[in-house]
Amino acid sequence: MSPSGRTKSLSVPALARVEGEGGLYVKLKHGAVSEVRLQIYEPPRFFEAFLRGRRFSEAPDITARICGICPVAYQMSAAHAMEDALGVKVEGPLRELRRLLYCGEWIESHALHVYLLHAPDFLGYESGIHMARDHAELVQRGLRLKKIGNQLMTLVGGREIHPVSVCVGGFYRVPSREELRPLAESLRWARDAALDTVRWTAGFEFPDFESDYEFVALRHEREYPMNEGRLVSNKGLDIAISEYTEHFREEQVPHSNALHSVRKGHGCYLVGPLARYGLNFDRLTPLAQQAAREAGLQPVCRNPFQSIVVRSVEALYACEEALRIVESWDPPARPALELTPREGVGHGCTEAPRGILYHRYRLDSEGLIREATIIPPTSQNQKTIENDLWRFVPGRLELAQPELTLRCEQLVRNYDPCISCATHFLKLTLDSQ
Amino acid sequence: MNEPVVIGVGNPDRGDDGLGRAVARRLKQAGSRGATILESDGAADRLIEAFRGAERVILVDAAQGVGAPGSVVRLEAHGAALPAGLRPGSSHALGVAEAIELARALGELPPCVVVYAVEGSHFAPGPGLSAEVQHALDAVVERVLGELRCFARRSS
Repeated sequence: MSPSGRTKSLSVPALARVEGEGGLYVKLKHGAVSEVRLQIYEPPRFFEAFLRGRRFSEAPDITARICGICPVAYQMSAAHAMEDALGVKVEGPLRELRRLLYCGEWIESHALHVYLLHAPDFLGYESGIHMARDHAELVQRGLRLKKIGNQLMTLVGGREIHPVSVCVGGFYRVPSREELRPLAESLRWARDAALDTVRWTAGFEFPDFESDYEFVALRHEREYPMNEGRLVSNKGLDIAISEYTEHFREEQVPHSNALHSVRKGHGCYLVGPLARYGLNFDRLTPLAQQAAREAGLQPVCRNPFQSIVVRSVEALYACEEALRIVESWDPPARPALELTPREGVGHGCTEAPRGILYHRYRLDSEGLIREATIIPPTSQNQKTIENDLWRFVPGRLELAQPELTLRCEQLVRNYDPCISCATHFLKLTLDSQ
Repeated sequence: MNEPVVIGVGNPDRGDDGLGRAVARRLKQAGSRGATILESDGAADRLIEAFRGAERVILVDAAQGVGAPGSVVRLEAHGAALPAGLRPGSSHALGVAEAIELARALGELPPCVVVYAVEGSHFAPGPGLSAEVQHALDAVVERVLGELRCFARRSS
C-alpha cells in the first residue's frame, strides 16, 4: 500500500485452495473499501440449455457432470425434482441408500476441505503440501477419512467420480448386505478420526469476526437434513421447496458469470455448514452435539472462520449416520420404482456439502424436459462473501498489503466455494486509492 | 518387480481435457503390455492412491503452458516438481502437480514418475478433442508404448 494511501487494490488473480478458478478484487479509496468483486467467469447456464429436449431419466447423469466435486448433490436434486414432477416418492431402504451415498460425499468433501484446503490457513502454511512436510500423520488421517467417503460413493454409487447407479425412482442396482458389511469397520475408524478432527480444529485460533447472517437450509422433522425438508431460515422463512422461486431471485452482476441469489425483500443469505448447523443443531446425534459443545461451539455459530469446526462436526455426524445405515441395511426387493411420464413441474432441493442445491424442471407429456433451472450453493453465497469482505477489510487496514490480501483469501476459503459448480475460473485484486 | 502404472488424467466432458483418458482407453484397446492402465479425474488423493506401491508411473494429462496446441512435453517428476508455468487442465483445488508434491512430502512418491503433458486448445464443457490434440494422441500413445517396452527390457 502507498504511504499516503489514496487508492489501493488487493488482487488475487487466481485464488488458491478453492475448487475451480475465479478472482477476487477489493478496491480501497481514502482508507475505506469502495468496491468488492468476487469474479466468476465461465458461463454456467450451458447445462440448463443442454437439458432441454432430453428425457427426464437423463437429468441425474447429465447434471452430475456439472461438477466433479459434488456429483451426488446434482444427482440427488435432479432425481428428487423428477420424482416430484412424476408424483412419486422414494421411501424405505432406497431412501436410506440415498442418504448413505450423500454421507459419502459429505465425508470426502469435508475431509478434503478441512485437512488440505482450510487447515493450512490456521497453521500458517502456504498449502496442504507444505503442511504435509511437517504434519504427515495429520494429512494421512485426512486422506484416509476422505478415502472412506470415496469408498462409500464407489460402493453405493457404482464408481467414485460421477456415480452411475442413481436413477429417477431409486437406483439401477443396490448393494447386498455382504457388500456393505465390510464398510462398518472403516466407518468406526472414520467416526473416531472425525471426532479427533473436531478436537484438533477446535484448538485453532479464530479471528474475531461475526456476521448477522440469514441462514438458509433444509429442516426435516427428524433428521439432520440431506435430501428432504422444508426450507427455513433464522429470519422467518419457512416454505416448501416448491415455493423457492417465489421467495428467491437471481440477479445478474456485470463482474461475474454466476448469478447472485437474494431472498426477495430481505437480501443476501448464507447456505452451507454454518446455516445447516445453526438451524438443525437439535437434529445432530448426541455424540456430534457433545463434540460441538466440547469444541466451544454454541448451537449457533456466526463466525465463518469457525466453519472448519462445524464441517468437522458434520463429518462426524455423516460417519455415524453412514454406520447406522450400513449396520441396519436390508436391501429392497426392487432397486427402483416404476415411473410413468407425465406433464408437470418438479422441484428438488438437497444439501450439497456447500449448501442447498435447487433444481426445477418442467416436463411435457412424454417426459421430455422443456425447462431446467439449476441454482448451485456457491452462487447463492456469492453476495454474502462479498458483504463479509466489505465488513472484514476496514478493521484490518493497518496490515501490510500481502498480509491483508492473504486474509481476504482466507475469508473466501471459509465458504469452501466451488467455482466449478458456480461456473469455473477464480483470480484477488486489491486496488487502493 | 511391480507392473508399471499408466494413468490417463482428465475429464472427457471438457474438450481437450479428455486427452489423458483417451490415451488410457487407446492403451487398453492395444492390450496392457504388462502395465496397469488407469483412468483418473485428477483429484490428488485418488492419484496418490494409484501411486501406492508402484515403482514406475506414467501420467498423461492435457495442460496449458507447454507451447502450441498439440505440443507434447515429457517431464520426470521424480526428479523435480512440475514447472510452475505449466497448468494441468483440472479444475480440482488439488490436481496432478499437487498430487505429485503431496506424495513427495508424505514420502510416497514412486521412484520413477514420468509425466506427458499435452497443450490443449479448448477446455469448454462438452466432449471432443481439438484437431491438434487428436493428432498428438497418436504420438503420445506411441511414446508411452515405447516407455513400456523399455521398462520391460530393463526388467527382463
